[in-house]
This record gives sequence, C-alpha cells and structure tokens, in this order.
Amino acid sequence: MKDLQEWEQLHQRRPEGDKHSPLFESVTEGIHSFPGGFVVTTVADAFLNWARKSSVWPVTFGLACCAIEMMATFASRFDVERLGMVPWASPRHSDLMVVSGTVTIKMAPMLERIYDQMPDPKWAVSMGSCANSGGPFRHGYHVVKGVDRVIPVDVYVPGCPPPPESLLNGLLLLQDQISHFKRTGKRAAPNPKVD
Amino acid sequence: MTKDEAKTRIAERFTGVQVDGDTPLVVTIPVDQWLAFAQFAKTTLGCRFFSFSSAVDWKEQGLEVIARVENVDDGVALMMKTRLGPGVSSCPSLVPVFRGANWMERECYDMFGIRFEGHPDLRRILLGDDWVGHPLLKSYAVDTPHPPYR
Repeated sequence: MKDLQEWEQLHQRRPEGDKHSPLFESVTEGIHSFPGGFVVTTVADAFLNWARKSSVWPVTFGLACCAIEMMATFASRFDVERLGMVPWASPRHSDLMVVSGTVTIKMAPMLERIYDQMPDPKWAVSMGSCANSGGPFRHGYHVVKGVDRVIPVDVYVPGCPPPPESLLNGLLLLQDQISHFKRTGKRAAPNPKVD
Repeated sequence: MTKDEAKTRIAERFTGVQVDGDTPLVVTIPVDQWLAFAQFAKTTLGCRFFSFSSAVDWKEQGLEVIARVENVDDGVALMMKTRLGPGVSSCPSLVPVFRGANWMERECYDMFGIRFEGHPDLRRILLGDDWVGHPLLKSYAVDTPHPPYR
C-alpha cells in the first residue's frame, strides 16, 4: 500500500517537462479568445499535432531483453516506419524514448541525462514489467522500482516482454495522446482510452 | 598428479588442513595459511588456473571465502575454503599468487565488504562509488532507502 501511494505521488510529478514560451502562450490565448479566433487556433493545432504525431522519432535506447522486441517492432515485419517513426541514434533529434528493460540504480542517472538531452516536446514509453514497476527484480537491491521515478512516462506497455503487437499498440496510443496536445503546447490530460 | 597424490601431498605439507570430497577436492584451510596454501597449490599441485573466488555469509558464524583453482592438465580441481570467524572481515589476498583473483576479490569486497590484505587496487567494481553498504551480506536490508530510485 505504501508502494502504491509512493507511485501515485511520483506519477503526479512532471517537472517542467514541456518547455513552452509564455509569449507564444499569451499570443495564442489572445487569438483564441478573439471572436472567431478559435478557428485559427484549432486548425493550427490540428496541423501541428498531425505533424508531431506523424514524425515521432524514437531514440535507439535498449536496456535489456525488451530491446529485442523493440527492435522487432522497428524491423520490417511490424515496421513502425509506416507510422513515421524512425529509430534515430541521437537523442538531440528524437522525440520519444522507449525505456525497454530493467533500469538499475547505476543506469538511472545516464537514462535521465539522455532524456534531458532530448528537445521538447518529448515523450516516454515505459515498456515491460521492469520499466513499469521493477518487475521480477523489484525486490533486488540494485533496481529502480519503475522508471517513472526517474523520468515522466506517457504510456505504459505491460508484458514480460511485451510482444511487438503490444508495443505497437502502445505507440498508437501515444500518437493518439499527441493528437490531443493543447494549443499552448501543453500536455493534455492522460488518454482515457484503454484499448 | 592424481587426486590421491594431491591428497597425500597436502597432508604432508599442511597439518591443519581438512580435505573432503572428490571432484573437486574441498579443502578447508585456516585463514593464516590461506596464502601459503594457494602458493603450494599453484607450484606443487600445478593448479595454475584460477577459476573464481566468492564468499558466503554464515550470519553469526562469520564469513567464508571460497576460491576454486584447477590443474587443467591432470583434471585436479581444488575448492579452497576458509572461515574468517565471527565479526572479522579481513582476509589475505590471493593476487600475489593468481593475477586472475584481482577483479574477483574486488567483486567480493563490493558485495560482502571483505578487506583483502595485500590487494593492489581494492575498489568497488560493480556498484557505484557512492553506494552505502554491501548488498549480499545477510544483514543488508534490501529496502534500504536509496532516494529517489528506491
């Protein structure tokens, strides 16, 4: 029970994840509140979100056996490239981090640094039991009990390991979340859709 | 060098050493003869291959250090054991005899906190330098706070 409360507390914490300009925010607010201005903002929003969700580039970052399933998802049979996801080898050009595997206490600072190197807006998918909660290694001395203690997570994909279909479903959920980005560039409320 | 020859050689040279088993020969050594026995095993018994080293925490009976050395030519394997005694965490290092013991003893220090006397570079090897405690000791609580990760 204590663990659950801790998890909820940490899950709520999203430290200034999405950096946005207050000037841009006030300008868009002004246009939006202007009579008829919502047409401009919603159309611009829809276009920008379409662009964002159609070019989610995951950084190639594999931690454990889930990375094998992640690679299968990126490869020809499941082919997420048709969704606009190009696995990219630099965090500076990437929008998405798929945390695929066990995060150890020794690895967590490096993971956090790679996440910080990604430009905003950015997303994170926690893939598999280990990244979600620590999984079978939860009571080990060296394992972070869920990657959401290190970075904010948008989509949790359950499974040990999740098959490529599961990850693909998670990535589609993420695209759906991205399409609900608010006009100020702020993150929308979590997606109520479950499946 | 057969196993029986090895047994008789050990009995000739060392008095306080107990030999059991067959494959490997389990040799229980007093801690003050640990290094001398390793030298003897390497030179006289021909056990030049250092397989691994580890430790066991027997709670109130103290720690036990284990090392396995092998004579790969003749198929003789020795499992060397020594009890450090309750509350003692100091043990002679085998690095002067077997260079392969270096990282094994660093890991042993990392996990059990055993201070190997004579080790050239006794640092943590697997865990971070800022880690507190030695996690494979029975007295280590796995839910020890390690904010923000645990």
